[in-house]
Amino acid sequence: MAALLFLAQTLRIAIPYLFAAAGGVVTERVGLIGLTLEGYMLGGAFAAALGSYYGHSAWLGVLAGIGGGAALALLYGVSAIRFRADQVVIGIAINLLAIGLTRFFLRLAFGSSSNSPRVAGFGAEQAGSGFLALVSNPMIWLGLLAIPVVAWLLYRTPFGLRIRAVGEHPAAAISVGVPITRIRYGAVLLSGILAGLGGVYLVLDQHQFTDQMTAGRGFIALAATIFGRWDPMRVGIACLLFAAAETLQIQLQGAQLVPSQFVEMIPYVLTIVALAGVVGRAVPPAALGKVAGE
Amino acid sequence: MTTTSPELSRDTAATAETSVPSRSASKLRIEEALLPSLVALLVAAIVGDVLILIFGQSPATVFKLLLEGTWGNSYGFGQVLYKATTLTFTGLSIAFALRAGLFNIGAESQLAAGGFVAATIGLLLPQGLPWIVTLPVYIAAAALGGGIVGGVAGELKARFGAHEVITTIMLNFIVLALLSYLTAAHLKVPETLHTEEVRSGAVPRLADFLPSFHGSAANVVLVLAVLACLGAWWYLFHTRRGFELRAVGLQPEAAEYGGVRPGAVWTRAMTISGAIAGIGGLNFVLGYKHYYEEGFAGGAGFLGIAVALVGGTHPLGVMLAALLFATISQGGLAVNAMVPKQFVEVLQAVVIIAVAVSVPEVRGLLRSQRRRD
Repeated sequence: MAALLFLAQTLRIAIPYLFAAAGGVVTERVGLIGLTLEGYMLGGAFAAALGSYYGHSAWLGVLAGIGGGAALALLYGVSAIRFRADQVVIGIAINLLAIGLTRFFLRLAFGSSSNSPRVAGFGAEQAGSGFLALVSNPMIWLGLLAIPVVAWLLYRTPFGLRIRAVGEHPAAAISVGVPITRIRYGAVLLSGILAGLGGVYLVLDQHQFTDQMTAGRGFIALAATIFGRWDPMRVGIACLLFAAAETLQIQLQGAQLVPSQFVEMIPYVLTIVALAGVVGRAVPPAALGKVAGE
Repeated sequence: MTTTSPELSRDTAATAETSVPSRSASKLRIEEALLPSLVALLVAAIVGDVLILIFGQSPATVFKLLLEGTWGNSYGFGQVLYKATTLTFTGLSIAFALRAGLFNIGAESQLAAGGFVAATIGLLLPQGLPWIVTLPVYIAAAALGGGIVGGVAGELKARFGAHEVITTIMLNFIVLALLSYLTAAHLKVPETLHTEEVRSGAVPRLADFLPSFHGSAANVVLVLAVLACLGAWWYLFHTRRGFELRAVGLQPEAAEYGGVRPGAVWTRAMTISGAIAGIGGLNFVLGYKHYYEEGFAGGAGFLGIAVALVGGTHPLGVMLAALLFATISQGGLAVNAMVPKQFVEVLQAVVIIAVAVSVPEVRGLLRSQRRRD
C-alpha cells in the first residue's frame, strides 16, 4: 500500500516535468536553447486559470493554456529565428516577462497579487487524492503520453527527421531542401504547447493559479532534458527519477533524515555531473544556440 | 587578387574598422552601442503606455509620477542610487564575463554568496570596529564567496567543457538551497529568515553627509561600485591579462594560436566575475540591513543581464544602465497606487528583449548603409 501511494505521488509530481521536458527535447533538438520552458509553463498556467474561470470549464482552461504557452513560444521564435537575437538573453527575458505579465494580469483580472479564485479542474473532488483521482484526470494520461509521442515524432516521422537535421546541421538541411525556418517555428510552437500543458496541469490540479507557481519546474525539466542526453525515453526516466526523489523527501519530511534543501539540489547536481561527462559524454545537438550560423 | 567584389571590399572594411580605429569607425561603434538602447527604450515606453491604458490610467500622468518619485526628490533619488549600486555590481559582473565570451547567469547566487560569507565573517569580528578598518576584510570575504561560485563554473567549462550557461543556472539553485540550509539550520534568528545583526563595520549612509537623503538606503558601497567599474575598465583595456581575456572572448581558437590558454582565462574571468557580483552583496549587508537575509538578491542577478547589455558591456555604460533600471524599479513603487508595480517588471523584460533583438538588427542596418555610402 505504501509502495502504491509512493508510486501515485511520484506520478503526480512527474507529470508537469514530463510535459515540459517533452517540450525541452523538441526545442533543443531543433537547435533552440530551452531556457524558456519555465516561462511557457507559467504562461500556460495563468492562461489556463483565465480560461477555466471565465469559461467555467476545465477543457477551456486546457485550450487557453495551450494558447498561453504557444504565445510566449512565438515571441521566442520570432526573436531568436527572425531577429537572430541571443537565445540565452531572450530566454532569461521571456521568463522575467512571464512572471511580470502574469502578476500584472493577476491584479487586473482577479484583483489579487497572490492568487486567482478557485477554478474548475477535472473532478478530483469526490475522488480524493488516491488512484481514482489519478485515473479520472485526463491531464495525467496526456502527460504520460507526452514523452512517447515526442519519441515517435522525432524518430518515426518526416517532421521529426527534419527537426533533428536542422538541429544537427542546418546547412546540410537547406541543401536537401528542408524549409528550416518553418521547421524551427513548428518545433518552437510545439515545445511551447507541451510546456504550457505542464502549467495547465498544475493549475487544474491545485484549482487555482498562484504567483510564480511553477517554482523552477521548467528548469528541472531542462535539467532532465540534459541529464537524459536529449533522448526522449531517457529524458522521461530522468523526470521520473527527479520526481521520485521529491516524493521521498515529502514522505520523509517528518523523519528529518536529510534536510529538504539537499533533496532540492539533486536534479541540478546530477545535471552538472552529466555535463561534466562523469557518466558518459553528453553531446548536445550540434547547432544548439546558433541560429545565425548556417 | 585585386578584384573588388562586394564580398572582398566588405572584408577589408571590417578589418580596417577593428585594427585601425579611424574616426568613422569610432562613430560607427558609438552608433552601434547607442541605437539599440534607444530603440529598446522606445519599445518599452510604447508597451508601458499600452499596459497603463489597459489598467485605465493616463500614461502621461503615470510616467510623470514615476519621474517625480525617483529623480524628483532626494529620498527617491537615494533609493535609486541604492538599487543602482547592487545592479552596477551584477551588471559589471556579467559584462566582464561577456568580454571573455562567457554568459554568467549565476550573478544571482554569487551576489547572495558574497553577502552570506561577508555576514558570517562579520558575526565573528569583534564588536564596534570602525568600518574603515573592517571594510577590506568584508570586501575580501564577499569576493571570496562570489568568486568561488563563479570559479567553479569557470573550472567546469575549462576542464570538462560543461557549458557555463547551464552550470551557472544549476549553481544558482544549488547555492541558494545551500545558503538556505546553512541559514535555517545554523545561523538564523528564530522566527525570521535572517542571521543575527552584524555589529561591526556598518558603512555610513549618504544621509549622514547629506541630511536631505534621510531615510533612503544609499550608502558608501556606492563608491565601491564606481571604483569597481573603473578597476574593471582599467583591467580590461589597459593590462595584458585584460587583453588576453578580450582576445579569448572574440576568438578563442585564434587566441590559443597566439599563445593564450582559453581554459585558464575562462576560470580566471568567471572567478573575477563572481567576485564582483559577490562584493555587490555588501550593499545590503553593510549598507542597509546589516544581516544576511534569504532572498535579498531579489532578481538583481538576472536584471544584471539587462544592465550589462544595455550598457554595451562597457563598465561606464553599465553604470548608466544601472541607473536606468534602478529608476524603473523604484518608479514602480512610486506609481503603485495608480498601476500595479508589476508593470515595471514587464517593462524591464521588454527592454531586454528589445535590446537583444535590435543589437544584431541595428548593426546589420548600419553596416549595409555604410557599404552603400
